[in-house]
Amino acid sequence: MRKVGAAAVAIVMAGAASGIAASSTGQVVLVTHDSFAISKATKAAFEKQSGVKLRILQNGDAGAALNRALLTAGKPEGDVFFGVDNNLLSRALGGKLFDSYSPEGLTHVDRSFDLDRSHRLVPVDHGAVCLVYDRAWFATHAMKPPSTFEDLLRPGYAKLTVVENPATSTPGLAFMLATIAHFGRGNAPWTYWRAIGNGVLVTNGWEEAYNTQFSGSSSHKGSRPIVVSYSSDPAAEVYFAGKSLTQSPVAVVRNTCFGQTEFAGVLRGARNADGARRLVDFLLSPRFQAGIPLTMFVYPVREKTPLPAVFRKFSLPIASPLQLAPATIGANRDAWIRTWTTTVLR
Amino acid sequence: MLRVDDVRVAFDGVTALDGASLEAETGRTLAVLGPSGCGKTTLLRAIAGLQTVDSGRILLDGDNLTGVPVHRRGIGLMFQDNVLFPHRDVAGNIAFGLRVDRRPRHEIARRVQELLALVGLPGSATRAVQTLSGGEQQRVALGRALAREPRVLLLDEPLGSLDERLRERLLDDLRDLFARLQLTVVYVTHDVGEAFALGHAVAIMREGEVVQSTTPNDLWRRPADDWVARFLGMRNIRDDGDRCLVIPAEAVVVEPGDDAVVRTVERRGAVVWLRVALDDGRELDSVTTDSGHPRAGERVGVRIEETSTISVLKWKG
Amino acid sequence: MFLKHKVSGVALVAIPTAFLGLFFVYPLATIFRRGLGNSLPTDVLFDPGTLRIVWFTVWQATVSTALTLAAGMPLAWATARLAFRGRGLVRALVVVPFVLPTVVVATAFLALLPESMQRGIVPILLAHVFFNVAVVVRVVGGYWARLDPSLWDAAATLGASPGRRFRELTLPALRPALAAATALTFLFCFTSFGVIVILGGPRFATLEVDIYDLATQTFDLRAAAALSLLQLVAVAAIVAVSSRLEARAGSRLPIAVEQVAARKPRGWERPALVATLSFAALGFGLPLAALVQRSFATPHGAGLAFYRSIGDETPTLLVVPWRAVEYSLAYAAAATAIALVVGGLAAVAIAHRRSGRWLDTVVMLPLGASAVMLGYGFVIAFDTAPLDFRGTAWIVPVVQALVAAPFVVRIVAPALRGIDPRLREAAAVLGAPPARVRREIDVPLVLRPLGIAAGLAFAIALGEFGATVFLARSDRPTLPVAIFRFLERPGATNQGTAAALCVVLMAVTVLAVGAADRLTSRPGAF
Repeated sequence: MRKVGAAAVAIVMAGAASGIAASSTGQVVLVTHDSFAISKATKAAFEKQSGVKLRILQNGDAGAALNRALLTAGKPEGDVFFGVDNNLLSRALGGKLFDSYSPEGLTHVDRSFDLDRSHRLVPVDHGAVCLVYDRAWFATHAMKPPSTFEDLLRPGYAKLTVVENPATSTPGLAFMLATIAHFGRGNAPWTYWRAIGNGVLVTNGWEEAYNTQFSGSSSHKGSRPIVVSYSSDPAAEVYFAGKSLTQSPVAVVRNTCFGQTEFAGVLRGARNADGARRLVDFLLSPRFQAGIPLTMFVYPVREKTPLPAVFRKFSLPIASPLQLAPATIGANRDAWIRTWTTTVLR
Repeated sequence: MLRVDDVRVAFDGVTALDGASLEAETGRTLAVLGPSGCGKTTLLRAIAGLQTVDSGRILLDGDNLTGVPVHRRGIGLMFQDNVLFPHRDVAGNIAFGLRVDRRPRHEIARRVQELLALVGLPGSATRAVQTLSGGEQQRVALGRALAREPRVLLLDEPLGSLDERLRERLLDDLRDLFARLQLTVVYVTHDVGEAFALGHAVAIMREGEVVQSTTPNDLWRRPADDWVARFLGMRNIRDDGDRCLVIPAEAVVVEPGDDAVVRTVERRGAVVWLRVALDDGRELDSVTTDSGHPRAGERVGVRIEETSTISVLKWKG
Repeated sequence: MFLKHKVSGVALVAIPTAFLGLFFVYPLATIFRRGLGNSLPTDVLFDPGTLRIVWFTVWQATVSTALTLAAGMPLAWATARLAFRGRGLVRALVVVPFVLPTVVVATAFLALLPESMQRGIVPILLAHVFFNVAVVVRVVGGYWARLDPSLWDAAATLGASPGRRFRELTLPALRPALAAATALTFLFCFTSFGVIVILGGPRFATLEVDIYDLATQTFDLRAAAALSLLQLVAVAAIVAVSSRLEARAGSRLPIAVEQVAARKPRGWERPALVATLSFAALGFGLPLAALVQRSFATPHGAGLAFYRSIGDETPTLLVVPWRAVEYSLAYAAAATAIALVVGGLAAVAIAHRRSGRWLDTVVMLPLGASAVMLGYGFVIAFDTAPLDFRGTAWIVPVVQALVAAPFVVRIVAPALRGIDPRLREAAAVLGAPPARVRREIDVPLVLRPLGIAAGLAFAIALGEFGATVFLARSDRPTLPVAIFRFLERPGATNQGTAAALCVVLMAVTVLAVGAADRLTSRPGAF
C-alpha cells in the first residue's frame, strides 16, 4: 500500500516538474481554435528566425477557444491568440483580453480588414461562408443551380438545402447574418426564413451538414445538394480528392457569401510578450500568409500574396461579400439567434 | 489442555456468550452440543481468535491466547460448509498453511500427498475444488486444517450439509483419524448422535453458557436438569415437587398384563418405541429390542425399574 | 503491527479522496464560484425551458438504459455462461463502439438508417444502446461468469423452468452487477452529448448539450454553472440510490472459477446463442463494417491509400497521424494505471470500511459532470504555481482516469463484497497475517474483475473525447481527437484518413481489451 502511495507521489512530482519545464520562456504559445493549421516547414522557419519554440494550443471551436481565453484573461494559457472572427470581435474586445500591437506587416493589409483601430486585434486571414451546391446533382436533375437567396424560395429548392444552427455553429451564424445583411434589418430576413424554414434541414454542426447530409461531399453521399459552407470548398474538394480533377464537384453561390475575417492579438499577461509580438509579426509575414490557403483553406489578408494554383483555378476570393459591422453583430447576435430559433425550429 | 474461562461476548448489546467455560483434554475429543443459537459457533470463533472476547480467558497448555491474533494461535478450524479457496485446486488448498509457514517446496509436496491419503482422497491433488462432491470437499477442508499440525482442531458442524449415509461414513473416518493422530479436538454440533459418537467428553451449551460438561455415560446417567434431559432425547419426564423425575424409556418394561393400553408402535432401526397409556391417564414411552412386541390397541402390563429412574434439577429458564 | 494496519487504512481512503478533491472538486468548485458568485440562480433553475430539458434528459436516459439492459443481457449471458468459439473475441468486440468517437458512430448510423428515421428520438435511443451494451456485457457478464452454476443445475433438477430460474435465481444473484451497470449506463445517457447533437438535431437538447452551448457559444457562464450544478446534484442522487441498492444486494453467492462455469450450450441454449450472436452481428457488425468498408474505399477503388496517409504529413494535424496512436496508448496506459490505483483503493474502502462509504457516491460524480465545465475549471483552477498544471502532459491521463475510475469501483467493489468473509478467516486461521490474507484471497479473487475493469478503463481512456480534446496539447493528439480533426475538413482524403484511424482505434481496443482479459483469466495467476 505504501509503495503505491510513493509511486503516486512520484508521478505527481514528475508531472509537476515537466509542467514547470513546459512553462519556461524559451517558447511562445499560440492559443487558437481547432481549425488552425501550420505546416511543419513554416513552423520551423518561425522557430529558426525568432529563436523561440512555437507551441500550439487548440482549444475547441472558435467560440469555445475564445470563451476559454476570456475565462483566463490576465492569466492566459499562452502568449498569442489567433482565431477571433468578426462575429466574435466585440465580445473579444469587451473582455480586456489583448494588449495593443501594430505589426509591421499591417501596412500591406487592405484597410477594410482592419476593424480594430487600436490594434488589440489585427487581421490575419479572410474567407466567406456561402451556399455551396453539388454540380453533378443539378446536372443530372436538369435543374438550374441557385444563384441568389431568393432562388431558395422557388418550389422545392428549400427542401434541397441543409443549413447549420446559428446557435451552435460558426458558418450557421454567418449565413444567418448574411440573410440579415442582404434583406436588411427589420422583418424581411425573418419572412425569408419563415418561408424556407420548413424545407431546410438544420444540423447542429458543419461536419454533419457537409459530410453527411450534403450530396456533393466526396465522402458519404447525403441527399441534399445545397449546403451552407465555405467559399474555399471547391478548391478543398479538388485538393483532397486523392486523384486529379479538372472540375470541382462543388460550386459556390457567390451572391450569398458573408465575409469572415480572422484576427490575432497579444494576450494580456503573456509570459513571453516579446516572443508574442514576433509571432504576430510572423502571422502577417509573406511566408506564413502564403501558407494559409492550403493549411486553413481561407485567404491571406496580405496584399500580393500569391495564391496556390488550385485556389486560382477553383476558388478565387469573393470580391465583395456581405458584411455587418462587428458592433452591430455584438449588440444583436443573441436576440437574432433567439428570433431565428423561434422562427425556424418551432 | 485447552481451557476456556468465563468468556463473555455480546453483539450490539445482545449476549452471545454469557460466561462460558470449558476444558478440552489433550489428545481427546470434546463435543460441544447445543441447540442452534446457543452460542456454540461464537465459542468456537472465540477460541480460534476470529471473535474478540469482551472478558474471560482462553488458555492453551497454560499459554494465554486471549490477545493473540488469529494467525498466530496455531489452531485448526473446519467450517460448517468447508469454505475452500475457490481459486486453488485441492493441493493448493491443503498446502495453503504450509506455504504461509514457508516450508520447503519438497516438504509441502510430500505433506500434501500424506494428507490426501490421510483424508481418503489420494490422487485428487490437481482437481478443481468445484468439481468435488460435498463429502470430498469436507475431506479437503479437513486436510487443509490438519496440514500445519494444529495444537487444537476445531470443527463447526462439519457434517451439517451432508446426507445421512455420507455423514455416517465420514463420522467413522473422523473418529479413527482423531484417535490415530491423538488430536485435541473441539467438535461443535447440534446432533446428539454425533456428539456421543465422537466425544470423549460432551459439553452442553444453553443460552451462551456451558451447563454441563462430562463423559457421555455420565451425561446420560445424570443430566444436569430436565432441559438437558429433554435435549438429549429423554422422555417420560415429569414434575416431582421442586425437582423432576426422569424415567428412561429402557426402564419402562412392557410385559403381558393389564395395566395399560398400547397407543402407538414405531420401529426405528434396531429398536421399537412403544407408547402406552396407563389406566390412570398417564402416558409412558418404552423402548425394546424384542421383535415379539405387542401391537397397538393391545392391553399390556407395565413395570418400571425404579432403580433406573433419575431425579434431576428443574430448569427455570 | 496495529499501527501499520491503521496507516494502510488511512491511505485507503486518503489517496482516492485527495485525487478526487484536487482534480475534480477543486476545479469544479472554482468554475462554479466564478459563474455563480454567491447567489443561487433560481431564475435559471425554474425556467420552463430548463424544466423541459431536464425532463427530456431524464426520460431519454431512462428509456435508453432499459433498452440497453434488454439488448445487453442475452450477450452477457452468452459470453458468461456458454463456451463457444470466438467468445473472447465477442467480449472484446463489444467494447469497440464504446471507444469510438460519438461523431463517427452517429455518422455511421445516419448512413445506415432510412432517411425518415435519421432524426429524432429513435436514432438517439439506438445509438445509446449501441454505445452502452458494452457496459452491460462487461459488468453484468463479468459478474455472471463467476457465479457457481451448480445452484442453477440444482434448480433445474427441481423442475424450475428456465424463465423461473432466471426470475428467481439469476436476477437476484446478479443484482449488484445489474445495479452497477444500470447506474453507469444511465449516467452515460444522462450526460449524452455527441449523439444528441448529431442524431437529435437542433430540436433536442440534454442538460449536457445545453451547458455546452451556454458555456462555449452564448458564454453565459452563470446559466452554464447553474445547470451543471443541477446536473451534478441529480447525478449524486441517482448514484446514492443505486449504490444503496448494490450494497444491500451484496449477496455472497458461491464464486466459481470461470473455466468451470462456462460450458457447451445444450438444448434450447443453442438456438438462443445463435439468435443472440446474430442479433449482435447485425446491431454491432453492420455499423462497424460500414466504417471499415469506408476506410478502404479510396477514389481509385478499394485500396490502402487512406492507411498509407496515416504515415504522411498533413495540414489537418500538427503531427503525423500515426503519432496519435502512440499518444493514445501512452495516455490510456497511464490513465488505466491511475484509475486502477485510485478506483481499486476506493473499492476496498467502500467495501470494507465505514469511513469509505461516502467515496462510493463521490467517485461516480465525474461521470455526471459536464466535460466542458470541468475543462474550464481545470484551466482556471490550475493557473498559479505550484498548481500550474495547464499544458502538462500528465493532466490528460489524470482526467481520463477520473472518468475511468468509476468503472473500476463499480466492478471491483461488488466483487470484493461478494467474497465470503470466511475465506479470509480460513486463511487467517491457517496462519496468514492480514497483508498475506489480502494477497492470497482478495487479490486473486478480484483479479478477474480487476482485469475486466482494466480493459474497460483502458477503452474509456482511449475513447474519452470531451475532456481530452480540452486538455490534450495539439501536438500530442489522441486518436479520437485526430479523427475529429480530419472529420472537420472537407475532401475525400480527410474523410478516408478519419475512417482508417477509426479502424486503427478499433483494432487497438480489441487487442488491449483482449489482452487484459487473457492476462487475468487464469485464477491462480498470483
